[in-house]
Amino acid sequence: MALFPDIMPRPEPNMDDAAFWENCAARRLAFQACAACGVFRHPPSPLCPACHAPETRWVDAPGTAEIYSFTVVHYPSHPAVREHLPYVVAVLRFDGIEGVKFVSNVTGVSAEKLRIGMKVRLWWDDIGEGMHLPRFRPAQ
Amino acid sequence: MNASKRRPAIVGTGQSEYTKWGGIQDRSQFRITAEAILAALADAGLTADDVDGFASFSNDGNEAPVMQAALGVPELRWSSMVWGGGGGGSCAAVAQAVAAVDSGHADVVVVYRGLCQGQGRRFGQAGAHRTHGSFTAPFGLFAPSQMLALMVQRFMFETPATSDHLCEIALSSRANANRNPNAVMRDRTLSREEYFASRWIAEPLRLFDCCLETDGAAAVVITTAERARDLDRQSVDILAAAHGSGPGWNTGPLGAHNMPDADYASTNNRRIARELFARAGLAPGEIDTVQIYDHFSGLVLMALEDFGFCGRGESGDFVASGAIRRDGSLPLNTSGGQLSEAYVHGVNLIIEGVRQLRGESCNQVADARTCLVTGGLGVSPTSAIILGRS
Repeated sequence: MALFPDIMPRPEPNMDDAAFWENCAARRLAFQACAACGVFRHPPSPLCPACHAPETRWVDAPGTAEIYSFTVVHYPSHPAVREHLPYVVAVLRFDGIEGVKFVSNVTGVSAEKLRIGMKVRLWWDDIGEGMHLPRFRPAQ
Repeated sequence: MNASKRRPAIVGTGQSEYTKWGGIQDRSQFRITAEAILAALADAGLTADDVDGFASFSNDGNEAPVMQAALGVPELRWSSMVWGGGGGGSCAAVAQAVAAVDSGHADVVVVYRGLCQGQGRRFGQAGAHRTHGSFTAPFGLFAPSQMLALMVQRFMFETPATSDHLCEIALSSRANANRNPNAVMRDRTLSREEYFASRWIAEPLRLFDCCLETDGAAAVVITTAERARDLDRQSVDILAAAHGSGPGWNTGPLGAHNMPDADYASTNNRRIARELFARAGLAPGEIDTVQIYDHFSGLVLMALEDFGFCGRGESGDFVASGAIRRDGSLPLNTSGGQLSEAYVHGVNLIIEGVRQLRGESCNQVADARTCLVTGGLGVSPTSAIILGRS
């Protein structure tokens, strides 16, 4: 059972971010780093902003992240979430993935327990058609 | 022509009626926009024959060449639109008009915005295809309220700002709107109890922290100081205009939220603020009134800090002191702003700035000589202008 129903928007990979989503399909959360100078960038883009090299490597994110910010969403801006309110959207950071903040969801936690700085653990949400999305729940 | 003669000024403003979204059904969005432009020209004592430029921002639905033909503008010499989502570019459109007039590319440029959210898309709903949308929509981050709530939450973590301070922004704006006969919320008072009883939209934002959804159009006419002198109507000087974005903002909160940490809980205006005051030769303490883009209350607090009206972390105390009320030291959003007057992507705020300096506001600041107006906050690019009484 995916977190949201099938009418939820899905990732639409393009030439520049296809590798990120191919990794997700394989339940691998990895971020793009420059193969030449090592600088991370997100969302994926064709050239390193620091040295302009096009070659990249994909660095696995650790299985835990820290909440940098969050919001508890109560208003349904899309029909897909109407029966799933409230839900939590968070901005997350990972140890070792310098300079990357990542938007995802935190599940299995009540709104009043959420805190900036809270540690959360990755889980994979099977959204069908061979795609998985990285979502998170409290680590404790 | 020498520089001082070409110095750009605002000579006219115009607007349609402002209603709740869906309130204008008998005329098209394009029509009310065209009529707002004609009203602004009439206010200036100009006609469509005088216009030779249009400037707008972020996916304006009313195309300049079509507007040119509709109004019978004989010759278009300037048409530009600022990049970016939302209202970040509202004052940047003025900056482009300034650039056009200042450089001699055009002589009379109209900045405009028209929105009929009952006829097209509601900005508070999902549906717009956004760059980097794959990194937001599948996770339920659809609308600006949710996107900017993440920044406000972080801001409230980093500073002493509380819900009480958000509430003060909402109450002050509503009190101003209650004195403005053209405000959507002119007849609707708001109490502290009602604010805290209002429903959550996206924590920490409640209903009354969010801008209205409006049908309405607004336009501003910019021409040279020399042209302005020949007109009967009082003009308003544009002392400075700036727009842009900080390093690494990218699509900002409307996209992947990967702005630099130092900037995350900011309005993306730090450089713009420095540049703006330097160009105007003014300090924040010399600004008499401010019209700050209030799509969401929390970002107004951030802007007060980013533009130097108080220090980092001091905006809560600043608003709690009564400073932003119409009789305070820095009256803010004196028409009711976008929380309570209307949401016309910031062009209504520019119009209120002009009213203040002409002495025509419903909440007139005594002897107002300077007004800072901002575009949309926390997005990329952002923009701001400083207006001065001629």
